[in-house]
Amino acid sequence: MSEVKRPNPLFRNLTAKLAASPMIFIVLVVFIGSTIWTVASSFTGIKTLPIFTPQEFYDNWVGWDQYVRLWNTPRWITSITNLAIYGVLYSGFAFIIGFLLAVLMDQKIRAEGVFRTIYLYPFALSFIVTGKVWAWILNPAFGLEKTVRDLGWASFSFDWLTNRDMSIYTVVIAGLWQGSGLVMALMLAGLRSIDDEIWHAARVDGIPKWRTYLQIVVPMMRPVMITIFVIVASGSVRVYDLVLALTQGGPGNSSQVPSMYIYEKLFVGALAQGTAASSVLLLATAIILVPWIIVEFGKKSRS
Amino acid sequence: MTAMSSASTVTPNGAKPKPMFAPGRVLIYTLLIVTSIYYLIPLYVMVITSLKDLDQIREGNIFIPTMKPTFDAWIKAWSAACTGLNCTGLAPGFWNSVFITIPSVIVSIAVASISGYTLANWPFKFAEWCFTILLVGSFIPYQVFLYPLVIITREMGIYSTLYAVIFVHTVFGLPILTLLFRNYFASLPEELFKAARVDGAGYWRIFFNVLMPMSLPIFSVAVILQVTGIWNDFLFGVIYAGPTNYPMTVQLNNIVNSLQGVKEYNVEMAATILTGLVPLTIYFLSGKYFVRGIAAGAVKG
Amino acid sequence: MHSVSVKNLSLNFGAVSVLKTMNLDVEEGEFVVLLGPSGCGKSTLLNCLAGLLDISAGEIWIKGKNVTWAEPSERGIGMVFQSYALYPQMTVRGNLTFGLTIAGLPKDEIEKRVARAAEILQIGPLLDRKPGALSGGQRQRVAIGRALVRDVDVFLFDEPLSNLDAKLRSELRVEIKRLHNQLGNTMVYVTHDQIEALTLADRIAVMKGGVIQQLADPHTIYNKPTNLFVAGFIGSPTMNFLHGKAIDGGTAFQFGDHRIDLSGYDGGAVGNREAAVLGLRPEHITVHATAPAGPSLPAEVEIDENLGADSLLWLKLDGQSVCVRVPVEGRLPSGTKVHLGLDIAKASLFDAASEQRI
Repeated sequence: MSEVKRPNPLFRNLTAKLAASPMIFIVLVVFIGSTIWTVASSFTGIKTLPIFTPQEFYDNWVGWDQYVRLWNTPRWITSITNLAIYGVLYSGFAFIIGFLLAVLMDQKIRAEGVFRTIYLYPFALSFIVTGKVWAWILNPAFGLEKTVRDLGWASFSFDWLTNRDMSIYTVVIAGLWQGSGLVMALMLAGLRSIDDEIWHAARVDGIPKWRTYLQIVVPMMRPVMITIFVIVASGSVRVYDLVLALTQGGPGNSSQVPSMYIYEKLFVGALAQGTAASSVLLLATAIILVPWIIVEFGKKSRS
Repeated sequence: MTAMSSASTVTPNGAKPKPMFAPGRVLIYTLLIVTSIYYLIPLYVMVITSLKDLDQIREGNIFIPTMKPTFDAWIKAWSAACTGLNCTGLAPGFWNSVFITIPSVIVSIAVASISGYTLANWPFKFAEWCFTILLVGSFIPYQVFLYPLVIITREMGIYSTLYAVIFVHTVFGLPILTLLFRNYFASLPEELFKAARVDGAGYWRIFFNVLMPMSLPIFSVAVILQVTGIWNDFLFGVIYAGPTNYPMTVQLNNIVNSLQGVKEYNVEMAATILTGLVPLTIYFLSGKYFVRGIAAGAVKG
Repeated sequence: MHSVSVKNLSLNFGAVSVLKTMNLDVEEGEFVVLLGPSGCGKSTLLNCLAGLLDISAGEIWIKGKNVTWAEPSERGIGMVFQSYALYPQMTVRGNLTFGLTIAGLPKDEIEKRVARAAEILQIGPLLDRKPGALSGGQRQRVAIGRALVRDVDVFLFDEPLSNLDAKLRSELRVEIKRLHNQLGNTMVYVTHDQIEALTLADRIAVMKGGVIQQLADPHTIYNKPTNLFVAGFIGSPTMNFLHGKAIDGGTAFQFGDHRIDLSGYDGGAVGNREAAVLGLRPEHITVHATAPAGPSLPAEVEIDENLGADSLLWLKLDGQSVCVRVPVEGRLPSGTKVHLGLDIAKASLFDAASEQRI
């Protein structure tokens, strides 16, 4: 009888493996390769010409110099402070607004679809569009300030857009308008995924609704909330076009964010300075990701 | 209402309908309506500003509706406003966005749906490992990839062309879309796939003849997600497309709004609406799928 | 030549061994049922036979050909699934012809085969409908038809009836049996339902933990279970187990203070055993008002369940619960003292340590 040998497992379902190769290429080259290159090059002194070989890296190695210079640059300090302000306020308020709206939407209301459509439509718009609209509304000469003054409150002042101390908060306002609907939609999906039985049980036990939300529903939604938090927070690290369209980073440098700094350094001949700044953002994101990874990892080890 | 009341007289065994005017209800609806107004105001301001002429803008305030609406600002924004050095309006940007969006949507969905299909139905260790990295990688800030992607696209000989943007959109669409497709294909009955294999169908035939016809919903979700996402992109368009291919968002941001020292806010708002029109239309036409797309992508992840 | 032959097959998922060095020969035209609780590996084995899972070691032969690494479609098998797995967007005809078209069969041949399957399964009028418009029973018939048109020697069934309600299930069970008689194909059938196994099978392979516990005809499986697991898994209500020891050189069984004569036992050499289990099916025990001749035990009635055709009597025996199937003859009130007559010739005796039948 014929002897049938075990085929090489490498070539089993070869079509599937070939079909997955674009994904594998992108993961290996773009996601892994680029990250390594960015971090590694931040320890060199390269300016415009990228380097690849270990020898080149060795020749250009400068250690932590780029980071020292980075943290001695006032503009970077402003940028990273702004990012912290924006990240904390945006994530925090988006979370609170999103949760409250989701709870309101969860009260078996009429015309739920209409309200959801209204809350979520800004999310379909680009940051550039968002920035342009809010720049117009917050324009001191023609916008909100003028309107209130025309109504008779002559001393009313709302000049955040042109105020060095307040300009970053206009970014928060515009960002919340654009993104809080997303949090609402995700929170609502989370609320809806909770078993109705819980509500029945709480009602039978005579627990008031607000307590049920705070003490039963919120703890049950913790994994969903952590996921939402990671999405919102890691998204806020990327903020760029919104600031560009709203304040152009001004007045002065007052509303600069790290992305602007990085973009400039990368493309005006301070490559390693740009990649060093990128690596800082990478680190910030890694810190945000930790709770999510713990949840995901915990899920797997429990099951 | 009539259907409800007649139903309740015939079979009064369902849940008691909530009265609309109980104090708690009034509070809920008040809150909902007030917040809705807040969300709607920018859209309203955008539209009425674009319909005013410059005199009206100077005299009135931004919330007052116009009595003499004019589409002049729209026409100017579309065909004559200056962006950068050219004064050709946003029309070229619109067409650039179309030429970027259509192939990018097709290529990114093609790559992601096939990757998701492989992961769900033909899994192998290495691919699953790559997919995990992809999911974590999707959270890495874009800034980390910006310059390496310049190098990669330059090496591929496509930097500063349409192909580069298409490639970059495919890269950054891959994590969420692959997750979406993988979860969807994994939710289809596995026995269907087995039956097709017993019938002698191979990798591609199962994908095209068996699974694709059942996957219209998920493809719709993916298309909506990608069209809005790619249309709204600014950064990748600026960096990789090259000046001749700048998408509409870039042109909107570059709009030069001075006419003998007077800022043409009406033109700017008209341009803003025009830029937002495509994703907004898609959003309003496909609300359910839009929500499903972002929810599936986010919560399941 | 065996129709299907599994040689030293094993399957591991990482460190978990799902199928353990398994051997199974199925004869031409035989109906073999793989039976076991969920997670026993029965469906996994069937998927290995179909080529839907790559095995870790061993060989699979079908019709004298080593098909261990052949594609599912090249193995000469047809498969019927639990969820029917009909392609929802194709008509019934499309479902039947999909595989044949891929195989590149000529049009008239395809037509002929579809016509034949439609006639055998009486699905002619349904050919142009979509699966969504069919009832559960009709869908399963189409699923069988899809295997039928392949014109293969071996049919694999993966719990084909478990999605149907009880009435339809018994109807289709008879129909599958009829189909087997009519076609004479080899059939390998996976189920967790022992009634299906006992009624359909020429031989049953009872599986647990990736191992075939016993492979035999239904009569043997039922009456001479090879170990405690098989004895307990087959039969409803389950076999009664009395824990005690074999004494007097294996001629008697000591249960508490009672001595049961084993001279009528139909099995191997018993010998003295410190720990043994005497297994008796509910219908192999009789109930008497006074101690009958032959082996017997005193007991007390707890519950009398009338099932219509017969009754199940639940009794207390030295603190242990025992079930007896009796004809319906008026109710025995709880607390009635009775004597149980034991049919030792039909009993099974197991070694408590090895759990094997003696």
